[in-house]
Amino acid sequence: MIDYVLKRMIQLIPALLIVSVVSFSIIYFAPGDPAETLCTGPDGTANPKSVEAFRTKMGLDKPLYTQYLIWLNNVLHGDLGYSYQSGSPVFNHIKRAFGATFKLSVVSLIISLAISIPLGIISAIKQNSPVDVACMVGASLGVSMPNFWLGLLLMLLFGVYLGWLPVAGYGDGGDLEHILLPAITLGTGSAAITARLMRSSMLEALGQDYIQTARAKGVSERIVISKHALKNALIPVVTMIGLNFGYLLNGSIVVETIFGWPGIGRLTIDSINMRDYMMVQGCIMFVAILFVVINLLVDISYRYIDPRIRYDAAR
Amino acid sequence: MSSLEIIDLKTHFPTPDGHVRAVDTITLSIMENETFGVIGETGCGKTVLGLSVMRLLPPTATIAGKIRYAGRNLLEVSEAEMRRVRGEEIAMILQNPTTSLNPVIRVGEQIAEAIRLHQGLNKRDAKKKAVEMLDAVKIPSPAERANEYPHEFSGGMKQRVMIAMGLACDPALIIADEPTKGLDVTIKAQIVELIQKVTEKKAMLLITHDLGVARELCDRIALMYAGELVEYAQIKEIFENPLHPYTRGFLGSLPDQGLVPIPGISPSLIELPDGCRFHPRCKYTTDVCKQKHPEMIEVAEGHFVRCFHA
Ligand SMILES: Nc1ncnc2c1ncn2[C@@H]1O[C@H](COP(=O)(O)OP(=O)(O)OP(=O)(O)O)[C@@H](O)[C@H]1O
Ligand SMILES: [Mg+2]
Repeated sequence: MIDYVLKRMIQLIPALLIVSVVSFSIIYFAPGDPAETLCTGPDGTANPKSVEAFRTKMGLDKPLYTQYLIWLNNVLHGDLGYSYQSGSPVFNHIKRAFGATFKLSVVSLIISLAISIPLGIISAIKQNSPVDVACMVGASLGVSMPNFWLGLLLMLLFGVYLGWLPVAGYGDGGDLEHILLPAITLGTGSAAITARLMRSSMLEALGQDYIQTARAKGVSERIVISKHALKNALIPVVTMIGLNFGYLLNGSIVVETIFGWPGIGRLTIDSINMRDYMMVQGCIMFVAILFVVINLLVDISYRYIDPRIRYDAAR
Repeated sequence: MSSLEIIDLKTHFPTPDGHVRAVDTITLSIMENETFGVIGETGCGKTVLGLSVMRLLPPTATIAGKIRYAGRNLLEVSEAEMRRVRGEEIAMILQNPTTSLNPVIRVGEQIAEAIRLHQGLNKRDAKKKAVEMLDAVKIPSPAERANEYPHEFSGGMKQRVMIAMGLACDPALIIADEPTKGLDVTIKAQIVELIQKVTEKKAMLLITHDLGVARELCDRIALMYAGELVEYAQIKEIFENPLHPYTRGFLGSLPDQGLVPIPGISPSLIELPDGCRFHPRCKYTTDVCKQKHPEMIEVAEGHFVRCFHA
């Protein structure tokens, strides 16, 4: 087990290196200059002296590969650099933003699962009934409705017309009031996909021979569904939930921007706009690492729920 | 005394392509302690016959007739009562153990589940009993094996697990569907021996297309063709005095008879031939065979055959 995780971790190193080089170069070659952007005053012109000084201070005058190596060296020492804009450590910004994104992700995931798993199961056991049709039409709508649109609709309905919930913002450290609308916006999209997968995978499980075996033992239909079929049907669903959670944790730029949620997605897009390269690079690396870690966790959990692919089973 | 009595059973599946007459007017009875074999080519309705007794067919199926067991018609009892019958009074060992065992549930639990359900034992005692069952079907180190998953078992071992599961609540009647299919000769012999031992005091409906296995295990056998029985008698009588051309063909296809297959293929159960269902493949066909459907007649004591020429 430990061996497996270590091996997977080592395999990740080259991938992360490539990501860092690519993101570093893209940022470098992208139009716009952080020094000029940051040193531009309210009158719309930049003071050449301070631009020059900023470049030297931040090492932006050095060749690209030197800049990269310095950055890499710092990262390996646990230093992600400083924001050009605020001057505080990139790590602190990311930590704060990730905290906000994490909260939002967990609540969205809970909403998504609470909707999708029961609906998927009900649709499967009542296949082709009006309930099933209604669920699947709903799911198609959920999949095809763009996030920003749903977000704006919810905002209008609950924030403006009904006035039940705040329109946007982070509130008091991301309280429930503020989190609900963005979480519902994010949750419904993934709920739609999960419900469909849950339904098809449940239908497949229910058609298997072992279901007949369970019934032949005299097991009640409720247990046939909740134990014999569900255990099998959940295998692909868990993988998808894991990957989904991974996406959520990367922060949705659209939803975080609409709802003014200070998460990792918004941090990334804001730093890109400000040409805050250190921050952009930090965000990209963070998200990349997060993604591979989530993948690894999904893999490991997969091995727990599906006994057939247990690496330590080679007895 | 008869254990199971099937009277005029018809199990049909209405499908968009037509009416599948999978079991079409079957009557048979199985005595207590008797092993009754049902033999036939693939697709003739053997499994559907077994599943009809267990009432485990999809809701689309239509079942008519009577299935008498322990003083009641199983086709009329409530679903709750039927759940009690399944596993406790009648067990069915389904065909194909590889797909019939749940891949994500430990083997011991799959056996213990029925024990908890029908005998009301607690988790620990049921587990203990499950291990005993694995031991009874001669699975080595049963306590450890009970904690393993089906994929860790070989084909023969999975079949043993299926048998253990069927026997777990000591049912009086066992329906075994192709318990030796796909096993190599040595393993097959072991499974046959095991079945012989464990069903000694039970009634069994053995579904197979292996005459060799039937000869070892059965007291009587019936030959099934296109949804109906065409001949049945004591096993010895069938081998010594086969009357139906299909039975003869089947015997002729045994390895020691030179493996001569019956020419032609079984008819579609949707469009059955007029007259005798076997007539398109039969070398003795006359006009009457094409026009009239033969009834089952008793030609000697306990020997029934459905043929105009018998
Ligand atoms: N649910 C169903 N709907 C429609 N037709 C069905 C259904 N189940 C079985 N059948 C049909 O009933 C017929 C008999 O099937 P059955 O499984 O009983 O055959 P079998 O004799 O057990 O064959 P094998 O030796 O291959 O196991 C087949 O033609 C099959 O296609
Ligand atoms: Mg069959």
